[in-house]
Amino acid sequence: MNKTRKRKQKWTLKRTGGRASFWMFTFLIIAFFSTPLLWLVFAPFDLTPRLNIKLPTLSFNNFHEMSQNPYAIHSLLNSLLFSVGTGLLVICVGAPASYALSRVKFVGRDLFLYILLLFSSVVTGTAAMVPIFLLCLNLGLINTFYGVILVMGGGLLPAAIFILKDFTDSTPKSYEESARIFGASSFQILRNIVVPIIRPGLAVIFVWAFVGAWGDFLVPFILIRAPERSPAAVLMYSFYTEGGQAMLTTLAAFALLYTVPVIVMYLYVNKRYGFRFYGGIKG
Amino acid sequence: MLFLFPSAIFITIFLIIPAVWTLYLGLTNYSLTGLAAANPKFVGLQNYAKVLKDPEFYNSFKLTIIFVIGSAIIGQALLGFIIAWTFSDKPGKLRSFVEVIIILAWMVPSSVVTFLWSAFLNGQNGTLNKIIGGQTEWLITHPMLSIIVFNSWRGAAFSVLLFGAAIAAVPKSHLEVARIAGASKYRQLRDIIVPASRGHILTNLLLISLWSFNLFTPYLLTGGGPGGKTEILPIFVYEKALRYFNFGIASAIATIMLLINFVFALIVIRRGKQK
Repeated sequence: MNKTRKRKQKWTLKRTGGRASFWMFTFLIIAFFSTPLLWLVFAPFDLTPRLNIKLPTLSFNNFHEMSQNPYAIHSLLNSLLFSVGTGLLVICVGAPASYALSRVKFVGRDLFLYILLLFSSVVTGTAAMVPIFLLCLNLGLINTFYGVILVMGGGLLPAAIFILKDFTDSTPKSYEESARIFGASSFQILRNIVVPIIRPGLAVIFVWAFVGAWGDFLVPFILIRAPERSPAAVLMYSFYTEGGQAMLTTLAAFALLYTVPVIVMYLYVNKRYGFRFYGGIKG
Repeated sequence: MLFLFPSAIFITIFLIIPAVWTLYLGLTNYSLTGLAAANPKFVGLQNYAKVLKDPEFYNSFKLTIIFVIGSAIIGQALLGFIIAWTFSDKPGKLRSFVEVIIILAWMVPSSVVTFLWSAFLNGQNGTLNKIIGGQTEWLITHPMLSIIVFNSWRGAAFSVLLFGAAIAAVPKSHLEVARIAGASKYRQLRDIIVPASRGHILTNLLLISLWSFNLFTPYLLTGGGPGGKTEILPIFVYEKALRYFNFGIASAIATIMLLINFVFALIVIRRGKQK
């Protein structure tokens, strides 16, 4: 009798111990991941922003000050242009390719796709910086919007094709077959049958490319020299006084305006399609 | 086949040509300044010989390995797995709250997060020092640790989501049987969850290692400093190429990086196939 009670006691103790450590762990994880971000919540609305996180003296002065900066709003528009351009490019070029790859079978197709994917995640980084720079120099693409969009789009394309192929694989072939019997061309089939069916996939890829281009620092940093063509990612680093101090007022407001679109897009995708991994990326 | 045409052109111009060009440049003494700028000469393997004799290269290589092991394998994969596993059987609300915070750290543009972290780690006024009551200039006294913690924080979301999906795919009945048979949580993890998510674990390790290996973002936090203490290979290439305009040497290093990437990917994929 006594023995069982003791055992029971030990069991509950272990359980509460486990529960306490679980909450401790949860607290630490939340603190670790959220604390650095909190600055972005408070500082933009603070009359006197500091480097540390503190409750703000409410004011919209920072936004006013930011709007006085000649390049700030412009750079956000540049970012928008780069991102929309890259997103559209990736979809328009990637969708037909993924459709073709999902319908035409050849030996080693999947291996080919895998190698391409691996290749792109490696090459687009710093390793190809020099030739990308020289390529754009020779093509006259330095300091142009096209240059940035083409380079970013080219880098994202293999992964986009890879993910889109998953979507096109799952569209029923019978639709296309009946359309073909009625004499539809391949292009008509793509536009009128495949595209409407894989629309969610296209939306996901567009948002993914948009977010990638929106945050990309390295490509515009290398390819764009003129400040009036710089995107927000690069301009972030110009908000310093002549003494080298960060202009926290402008920076805080700007950082928030620059971050919000990405978060809105994430929330939209999450709500509409669910934020999860699609087949291709799984092992 | 016509549909493949635009993609093929794009991938050729912006991926394959740069890669081949890197190979070629690595064999020349091309630079933007001096005599070599006017007529670059073919120098064979001289650049490689120079790089492989350069102690700075080995130092940079060592830092990169430390960075990958610390931030990708321990900081992202292991921590990500622990988080995913801890919350796998917890109520949806709490789990999605934690996930959203971790995903936010992943979504915010890199220019913004690097500023947030440099403010967070600031010696005089940084939030971290305010919390623990110190004056440490983390980015100067512990630069490697700083960028490792930063990259773990930044990239953990990918592993959390991927492992979350993997653990959710483990058949519930297997775990039930194990529980009835009296298997401890640890035994369930070791004998059921890990073997079942083996594919995901390898894919994840492969991708995040490659990403961390080629990551330029720490440059925005430390600029490779102080005194080259965080000069991981991507920053090393950048400095050689766009600060000293020594394209030959930079391309040789980039080629070595590509080779390391491919060898590593091959090893991981082959191990994955063996089972």
